[in-house]
Amino acid sequence: MNAFMLWFHRMGSPPTAYRIAGRAVPWCYGLGLVLAAIALYGGLVLAPRDYQQGDAYRIIFIHVPCAWMSLFAYFFMAANAFIALIWRIKLSEVLAMAAAPAGAAFTFVTLVTGSLWGKPMWGTWWTWDARLTSELVLLFLYLGVIGLHAAIEDRRQAARAAGFLALVGIVNIPIVHFSVNWWNTLHQGSTVRLLGPSKIDASMAWPLLLMALATHVWFFGSVLARTRNGLLELDAGKDWVRAIALAERTRGGD
Amino acid sequence: MKPGSTLAACTALVRRDLTLVWRRRGDAANPILFALIVVALFPLALGPEPEQLRRISIGVVFVAVLLAGLLALDSLFRADWEDGSLEQLVLSPHPLSLLLACKIGVHWATTALPLILVSPLLGELLHLDPALRWLLPSALLLATPLLSLLGAVCVALTVGMRRAGMLLALLVLPLYVPVLIFGAGACDAAQAGLPFLAPLLWLGAALALALVLAPLACAAALRISLS
Repeated sequence: MNAFMLWFHRMGSPPTAYRIAGRAVPWCYGLGLVLAAIALYGGLVLAPRDYQQGDAYRIIFIHVPCAWMSLFAYFFMAANAFIALIWRIKLSEVLAMAAAPAGAAFTFVTLVTGSLWGKPMWGTWWTWDARLTSELVLLFLYLGVIGLHAAIEDRRQAARAAGFLALVGIVNIPIVHFSVNWWNTLHQGSTVRLLGPSKIDASMAWPLLLMALATHVWFFGSVLARTRNGLLELDAGKDWVRAIALAERTRGGD
Repeated sequence: MKPGSTLAACTALVRRDLTLVWRRRGDAANPILFALIVVALFPLALGPEPEQLRRISIGVVFVAVLLAGLLALDSLFRADWEDGSLEQLVLSPHPLSLLLACKIGVHWATTALPLILVSPLLGELLHLDPALRWLLPSALLLATPLLSLLGAVCVALTVGMRRAGMLLALLVLPLYVPVLIFGAGACDAAQAGLPFLAPLLWLGAALALALVLAPLACAAALRISLS
């Protein structure tokens, strides 16, 4: 076995993954917070007002990165579910299921900020626009994965079943997007669009991209923190978990 | 037909499932009654004006058929899971996906086909445009097998759960969105005098794809749930 494979197998073993994730989590959260703070300052204070939308456009500095993350988290989840189903790697099962709540949260934030922006701009909280509808369906897919994972007693079987659903969903996402697009354009010709990324000015672009980076880092922090819990739950009763639990007890309750 | 061959196994399975449905033929009427009642609720809630009902009729019939199918999905594997014959299917030497395709086919024919047959009546209750009298069942004929196939994959994931009803709806309905859009969209386009063939062709293409892939996915899901 060469060095790479050795490293790979060692990374995949729950105790090592638990330890490394524990070291990475504070860094991810810290870096995410700092980047998000800079991006927010840049977006809310430094970036100029929009000539048409005034200050209301500034919500895109939250909205657009979250919308990107809602898709990214799904792909992350599906890729890990694929690995878990094909190669039966325990860590991937836990990673996939840890990504689901984070992705659902990003999707929810996208929908909420979008409707907050829509009220002053479009005059309505909700419209059956193609993007809004597909994002809503995406949220339901996330909730389905979370619900299925919670409903099955056996943790490994739950992760495999929910991962399978995530893979079925990833086939569905483009189809939903395409069909909703078609459905919408059939009824009403043009709809209001968000600013295209190519048409955005550089003074507005850098906080947006920085925020996207911040959400990615934060997402990985959140996933790793959940993964640690998932690994403890999955391996409850194993020696390394018992050692951690005993260490916690001697430190906490005297 | 050689005994022990895959063809014989499929025939036996279809015959057994049909016999089981026939022994409890009262249950087979339930989806129809459900759809009928759901459709009847709409005039009661919205008022009896024919113009308004005509406008919503296609969507209501589609959603009623979809919900009736959703409620019927639970019975696809329930009885077989409880008496253990589902595990025998999984253990059998024949390809599981083929056996499951037979089961899904019988389930579709006994739950969705009757709904399609009464769909003109459902449309008539809501003053459906007479020009659409044949298009609605044809669209349903393309859409309902897709619903059954997609639903079967999700049912296979929830098999063995005690209270799967609400969860199943959460899993299945997002997958049903495109089917609903294309099926009801075709009828809507026809009602507006627009070309309606393209969405029907899309449905047909999706059905061809699902006929091949869904039984495979269903078998994989079932192996996960029974492992």
